[in-house]
Amino acid sequence: MSTERTRETRDGYGEGLVRLAHAHKDVVALDCDLGRSTRAHRITEADAARFFDMGIAEQDMISTAAGMAKMGKTVFVNSFAVFVTGRSFDQIRQQVALPRANVKVCGSSAGITQGADGATHQSVVDVALMRSLPNMTVIVPADARQAEQAVAAVYERKGPAYLRLSRYPTPDFVPPERDFRIGEAQVLREGDDVCLCGCGPVLWNALAAADLLEADGIRAGVVNFHTLKPLDAETVARLAGTHRRLVSVEEHSIYGGLGSALAEVLAGRGTGTRLLPLGIADTFGESGSADELLAKHGLDTAGIAAAVKRHLGT
Amino acid sequence: MMRSDDLRELERTAWRLRLELLRMFGFGKFHHFGGSFSCAELVTALYFHKMHYSAALRDAPERDRFIMSKGHTVPAQYVALAMLGVLPMEELRTIKRLGSRLQGHPDILKTPGLEAPTGSLGQGLSYANGIALAARLDGLRFNVYVLMGDGELQEGQPWEAAMTTSHSGLGNVCVLVDRNGHQSQGCVSEIMNIEPLERKWEAFGWDAVRVDGHDMTAVCGALDRVDGTSRRPLAIIADTVKGKGVSFMENTFKFHNANLTEAQFRTAEQELLAQVEGK
Repeated sequence: MSTERTRETRDGYGEGLVRLAHAHKDVVALDCDLGRSTRAHRITEADAARFFDMGIAEQDMISTAAGMAKMGKTVFVNSFAVFVTGRSFDQIRQQVALPRANVKVCGSSAGITQGADGATHQSVVDVALMRSLPNMTVIVPADARQAEQAVAAVYERKGPAYLRLSRYPTPDFVPPERDFRIGEAQVLREGDDVCLCGCGPVLWNALAAADLLEADGIRAGVVNFHTLKPLDAETVARLAGTHRRLVSVEEHSIYGGLGSALAEVLAGRGTGTRLLPLGIADTFGESGSADELLAKHGLDTAGIAAAVKRHLGT
Repeated sequence: MMRSDDLRELERTAWRLRLELLRMFGFGKFHHFGGSFSCAELVTALYFHKMHYSAALRDAPERDRFIMSKGHTVPAQYVALAMLGVLPMEELRTIKRLGSRLQGHPDILKTPGLEAPTGSLGQGLSYANGIALAARLDGLRFNVYVLMGDGELQEGQPWEAAMTTSHSGLGNVCVLVDRNGHQSQGCVSEIMNIEPLERKWEAFGWDAVRVDGHDMTAVCGALDRVDGTSRRPLAIIADTVKGKGVSFMENTFKFHNANLTEAQFRTAEQELLAQVEGK
């Protein structure tokens, strides 16, 4: 495994989109004046006629996409996660989720690792919004290769989907031989004392935290819940049977994201397994570098390891 | 040029549409009377004069599309679809009942013949643009008609969409504004003025024409300007009367969403029946 921090999930998304557009004529992409940042513009490498820059008008973009989907297109709509889910939530609700339109909502530069632009541009509730919508599939790819795989997977799964994409670089750390299947969590590391359940590039920090913990004699498992909806409830139940302590790790509010999704399953099982939710604790972001912000919110390697130790009472 | 007997038949169809609307609504239940009645000539002119559409063409790729952007008046579309044979007439009475295919606002998964999910206002024109852009990619030629309310134009999204239509040269997209002057809580001009409408649409790169929305000759004449020769879209501002056809409903916001007493229902039925039989 390379340890170079070279790629971002938005890069993998761009690769996947170009490949998909070459293979399938029905694939189109819409963007709101951010196409080079979101990588959606790369679809022009396959066919310039299938890229639509809608100007800075997210609501119009979503409804236009829904109309194109009604005509049989598979439509990838793109902007920063904070805008594409928040500004046009009503359009996604009424014209995408409700009629099960074949629209893939792609939220780029997600989370606090958006960095310098500050709270207005940092999406910390986008997953909560999208997860709350009936008919919506919600995917947070862990690394660039997984993002590329996720593009192909959401194409095959007709209907609405949300892809959360990041500009935080990591190696491609999910082993290449592991298949990506929507709704199937991936065990990245075994460990009996505690299990870190995460999603997105911050899983890279969770894996590094597991290394730190191992040096202290704590065996921490790491599981990639790349699909938040439908959540892999079977794997959650299995983990609850084998672990008394779980920790969720996500670059999102602890309200409504992966931690909440896990808690919904755990509460229903009544197993007594305790979950520590790590994420953004009901606050907005701010300007700073991605790593500074992760550290501030305890989502860097040291922060995750320290929180796990506290959770275990060691 | 339309023959005069065709014109009379269209006028009669519009009044029949109002009568069937009233009977579908009945009394004792809340329905959107005012805006459904005001657009009867517009909906009739589209489905029975202008559009390449019939029950047999319901799923044909090159059919013309009609989008009721002001989704609360979809009952007028339900009646038109029933008169065309797309829906059974007897199903109309099930509107808004639990389990009915006829929802309070358009649900394209439930109701045959609907082209767009609307209800939350301001989204229909964008959706129409999407249909037209996809059709252009596929080499399909047809027109998309969008009926909007005047109150609906207080939303921002229609103006985003208006830019998209003209910027993209979608001359096959046509907007009809049912300018009945009233919205849910009062007069449009008093709540939030939207005029001057022709100049607004023209400023957004459209042609605009103002017509009497109850004058079938004028409405059809305006629609016939959409003939596939222009890349510039057309907005038809149709001056109408809210609650048109029922004396006590006309020109007031009070029957925007209202329930009738049985006596009111009988009066309304008599007035509409007289119009149908007089045509």
